[in-house]
Amino acid sequence: MADPMRIRAQSAGGNATIRVLMSHEMESGQRKDGNGKIIPAWHIQDVTAALNGKTVMTAEWGPAVSKNPFLQFTIKGAKAGDKVAITWKDNKGDSRTDEATVS
Amino acid sequence: MTHRFNGLQKLALALGFVSLSTAAFAQKSSADSIAEYRAMLQDGNPADLFEAKGEDLWKQKRGPKNASLEQCDLGKGPGVVKGAWVELPRYFPDTRRVQDVESRLLTCMQDLQGFNAEDIAKTPFGKGEQNNVTAIATWISAESKGMKFNLSQSHLEERKMYEAGKRLFFMRGGSHDFACATCHSQDDKRIRLQDLPNLTKNPGAGNGFGAWPAYRVSNGQMWGMQLRLNDCYRQQRFPFPLFASDATIALGVYMGVNGQGGEAIAPAIKR
Repeated sequence: MADPMRIRAQSAGGNATIRVLMSHEMESGQRKDGNGKIIPAWHIQDVTAALNGKTVMTAEWGPAVSKNPFLQFTIKGAKAGDKVAITWKDNKGDSRTDEATVS
Repeated sequence: MTHRFNGLQKLALALGFVSLSTAAFAQKSSADSIAEYRAMLQDGNPADLFEAKGEDLWKQKRGPKNASLEQCDLGKGPGVVKGAWVELPRYFPDTRRVQDVESRLLTCMQDLQGFNAEDIAKTPFGKGEQNNVTAIATWISAESKGMKFNLSQSHLEERKMYEAGKRLFFMRGGSHDFACATCHSQDDKRIRLQDLPNLTKNPGAGNGFGAWPAYRVSNGQMWGMQLRLNDCYRQQRFPFPLFASDATIALGVYMGVNGQGGEAIAPAIKR
């Protein structure tokens, strides 16, 4: 199972800044291993952010995103106490959801 | 005529300004830009992920004995983690050895959890339990973030290790006739665009020693001090030192004592 994400959600001036660190190999599918064989692509494909259960952002990611990616965005109108849930799904079908409370 | 001459002079003056400012810009764009880049990355330092994993591993019941590491003595008593890292490596009466954080973790994992320390030490970096040792070391170092290095030199063994570390640091050898000191004993030296800290005194020793474990952006790996030293020896074309060997610990004592009073910034982020 995938390791948990680190989510920080800070409210500022009626909005909330969300900073997410995801733990993922993000293998591009371009690299070769010691025997010259291609290491198969393994990366996050879909990222979804939800505020109190309502989807506020979706993103499609590809092999160009770095290992252990960092994502930062702003949610308009999010207040302290609101729940922010982030979900990622990778091309192997693995997925992970973590939640944080806006402070 | 005079009027035109003035115009040319003004133009020359203006050009002079332009070239001056580009020169200043070019100067800024080496070391400063790297510092800027690091500061930008610091906010999303993936070392956080390893830190969280390490904390979890510390508290988790694992190994053949199904025990946690919460009773592990890092030098400040069983289970005391805060402030332990800035006093390591130190002498431990139970093992009668000077140990750094990683070798001490091997002891605890063997005594408390029943793992085989020798097997873990032989595991290549980045595999199996080695990954866990790195993660736990990352968390332990983070618990001392911002504190000042305060290594003990009161025990004879600790002073002996400092001396041994010093000799290893200056020992030249290998196909390139290299020593640690070749790169790290002078101020303001660089290798490509990387500043080389002078590890024989502060601030270099504190900055260098106090930054590892660190996350390496270029390969996306978390590195502890043992792996960092291993890589130094690789670059010197020496044979690889054994994990948690007395040699690498002695080098840690040498750098840590030289960095006395320096601030611990680990887990840091590196290129």
